[in-house]
Amino acid sequence: MARASFVPHVETELREMLDAIGVACIDDLFRDIPAEFQRRSLNIPKGQSELEIIRAVTALATKNRTDLVCFLGGGFYDHYRPAAVDAMLARGEFLTAYTPYQPEVAQGTLQAMFEFQSAVCRLTEMDVANASLYDGGTAIYEAAMMAARITGRAKILVDEGVNPIYRKMLRSYTTNLDIAFEEVPVCDGHADRERFIKALDGTVAGVVLQNPNFFGCIDDLTDVIAAAHKAGAMAVMSVYPVSLGMLKTPGAMDADIVVGEGQSLGLPLNFGGPYLGFMATRRQHVRKMPGRIAGMTRDAQGRRGFVLTLQAREQHIRLEKATSNICTNENLCALAATVYIAMMGRHGIRRVAELCADNASYAYHKLLEVPGVERTFSSIFFNEFCITLPRDARDVVGELVDRGYAAGFPVGRYYKGMENVALVAVTEMRTKEEIDGLAAALESII
Amino acid sequence: MELIYELSRPGRCAARLPECSVPPAKAKIPARLKRATPAALPEVSELDVVRHYTNLSRRNFSVDTHFYPLGSCTMKYNPKVNEQMARLDGFCQLHPLLPQLRNGGILTQGALRLIYETERLLAEITGMAEMTMQPMAGAHGELTGVMLMAAYHKKKGNRKKRILIPDSAHGTNPASAAIAGYSVTTIPSNSQGEMDAAALKRELTDDVAGVMLTSPNTVGLFERSLRDVVALVHSVDGLLYYDGANLNAFVGRVRPGDLGFDVVHLNLHKTFSTPHGGGGPGAGAVGVVDRLKPFLPVSRVVKRDDGTYALDYGAPDSIGYIAPFYGNFSVIVRAYTYLRMLGADGLREASDYAVLNANYIRAKLKDEFDVAYDRVCMHECVFSAARQAEHGVHAIDIAKALLDRGYHAPTVYFPLIVKEALMIEPTESESKETIDAFIEAMRGIARLSRENPQALHDAPVTTPVGRLDEVAAAKDIILTAG
Repeated sequence: MARASFVPHVETELREMLDAIGVACIDDLFRDIPAEFQRRSLNIPKGQSELEIIRAVTALATKNRTDLVCFLGGGFYDHYRPAAVDAMLARGEFLTAYTPYQPEVAQGTLQAMFEFQSAVCRLTEMDVANASLYDGGTAIYEAAMMAARITGRAKILVDEGVNPIYRKMLRSYTTNLDIAFEEVPVCDGHADRERFIKALDGTVAGVVLQNPNFFGCIDDLTDVIAAAHKAGAMAVMSVYPVSLGMLKTPGAMDADIVVGEGQSLGLPLNFGGPYLGFMATRRQHVRKMPGRIAGMTRDAQGRRGFVLTLQAREQHIRLEKATSNICTNENLCALAATVYIAMMGRHGIRRVAELCADNASYAYHKLLEVPGVERTFSSIFFNEFCITLPRDARDVVGELVDRGYAAGFPVGRYYKGMENVALVAVTEMRTKEEIDGLAAALESII
Repeated sequence: MELIYELSRPGRCAARLPECSVPPAKAKIPARLKRATPAALPEVSELDVVRHYTNLSRRNFSVDTHFYPLGSCTMKYNPKVNEQMARLDGFCQLHPLLPQLRNGGILTQGALRLIYETERLLAEITGMAEMTMQPMAGAHGELTGVMLMAAYHKKKGNRKKRILIPDSAHGTNPASAAIAGYSVTTIPSNSQGEMDAAALKRELTDDVAGVMLTSPNTVGLFERSLRDVVALVHSVDGLLYYDGANLNAFVGRVRPGDLGFDVVHLNLHKTFSTPHGGGGPGAGAVGVVDRLKPFLPVSRVVKRDDGTYALDYGAPDSIGYIAPFYGNFSVIVRAYTYLRMLGADGLREASDYAVLNANYIRAKLKDEFDVAYDRVCMHECVFSAARQAEHGVHAIDIAKALLDRGYHAPTVYFPLIVKEALMIEPTESESKETIDAFIEAMRGIARLSRENPQALHDAPVTTPVGRLDEVAAAKDIILTAG
């Protein structure tokens, strides 16, 4: 008998079970609930077969313009994902398990978490990492709170080159807390040293920086971090992990807390999620770090195994005194990143970064050859850059959609006075033909 | 098993990347901005990778391989069609900034409609006026919900400082309330496993912003005093928060909105069948009553008069951005697929059988294990191993013995109000045969606790590793490969 749900019971079993319980019907099981609170039915559509549902949902998927050639970035990138990544994620043993509360039957998940933490530390050149946070934005918020906890101070300086979406998130989360924010404007696409040093009085808990920053510009922030340390503040740096295939690491710049969005490590764009927040820090701060952490240990026979460790930081033990309220995080996304990193390896991750940088450099110069297009900053960039157009970037980008391009992001949406600036991202996915095509299309409309 | 790093051989590489298609760059990134040495990532072949992670996966219990009655987690079957739909190119290759371009909403009509319709379905299921799909997990939904409560009180000029939470609550409740800026007052439970209404009444002063409740509660019971509690809390302009971790008992039958709740969060990865992924990604939709609508996070998906969908960022009283975009979209796709596939009847049937299965286990095991509260339960039943503890066998021993018998353990030592708690949530997807076999295994363990308790202390013996030294893990703190 076909039924609407995935319930396997046949009629005789229902009868036997009701008898064993000692009730006449299922309704009797709800007798504690006053009748006035019980409904007969819901006003939602009747169920459908799998075939029908595939038709309906696929029809929705086709109403999204994923055919546009993608030069959109802003912290979220169209990267190549090796086939092995999805093949591993589809393993039901990973997909349909939960948080590894019983480590003896969760060594797969736990070891993968441990390997992920190791990869994050090796990429960033930091000491310890957690097993994931929700996304790059909540990771910055957690890092800012961690800096406040460690220093006992309440002011956070945020560079305006930090992704504006993340800065908005930071503000939402701290509205009702005793945390003050000060945003430090950028100078030619870079962290403004003078302003930072001036703002770094003895009350600052942490500075939040991003490299590459929202404009795609890259920097050696060692001096800003040193100034922060001198003022007793912690340095939080948000990074784009693929760029670390070639760029100077936050560890080498002496950052204290490193966070970022891990989507570039094997996750699809997915219209904004699920993504992957990560966090790494120095060893001495590990007990102040939020989130799940896998640690290595042994069983009674001396066999190596992995467990969730330092749980005394967490909500299920510490309740309102926990370092964070996080419970379910982004474990499967961290697995995707772990498999991606293994597939790319030491050589591949650098090669991807180089391909991105070379493609972007070519695209930058190609687009600057278009009459009317000008450079916005003189700064060096990784795989994303700003260009200044002769008119409102929103209009230009909108017209390029008709030519088949998602050409870039109009920066004026978040930065006043930059209405004519577009942010263009170029990954290893883009070809010379696509870049040339974009330049030709741009030339034809401006 | 070896770590992936231990399989490394210098020079090996799985990645098959294309040659560079553009002419050499005119300006290279200078050395001072580059890393000094390559990251020491694995140097392995594709087969090394596939074999390593396939073999790792085999060291997990999961819903696809084992009965997984982990209480409060709703480990129901995750339909495979959900996965297929989430992987459609039209969804997974969609850039989240696309709709933010001018007229960009037109480019993502399918995705926006899917979010909008999911919100409508969940609003009807919960009895709420509006939903947001943005929270990325249950606890994130809690934080969002408490932020909404705070915004409401601020707008009204209410001076509220405290949130009341029963002692049977999930740890995330007090943690979420605290990080939203409230102090937490714990309300004790009574001998019936319900919140002590008299204690609540004593604590319910004008500075109370609201009360966070789980319903059915974490001992699997419907709070019979709920109607009175709702009226009391509203009488001081407090708000009622509904933790939806246990909604799987209620769908199609009881709506939190009808019970008087003002804010709800749902765990799509529990009630609505999206996979748990070993600890996420989940999704924590939040619903509110009319008077809290102005405070919902931006963006909102709206339907225009011409039938198209758009994103609205213009809500002056909104709590702002709580996620970078529109939530864990591919999780929402899975939940939408499930909701539409089951429809009104299927959803109600699922909840009915979840409650049936839990009560069947309660009835069949209550002679061997102390049932925490001897009355009809909802979608999960809580036992105490107190009787076994007299023989030196504790909840943890029973949990480990179950692993040897091919079952994931129930949730143990939670809720905190039950001594030696064993919290069993079978879900509707499990058949009577599976549950009968589990019951037999539990009865066998109960017998063994009387006859040979040492055998239970040694468990598990069939798993890849035995009980691991967690004290050493927390002392040595080895968190990365060498």
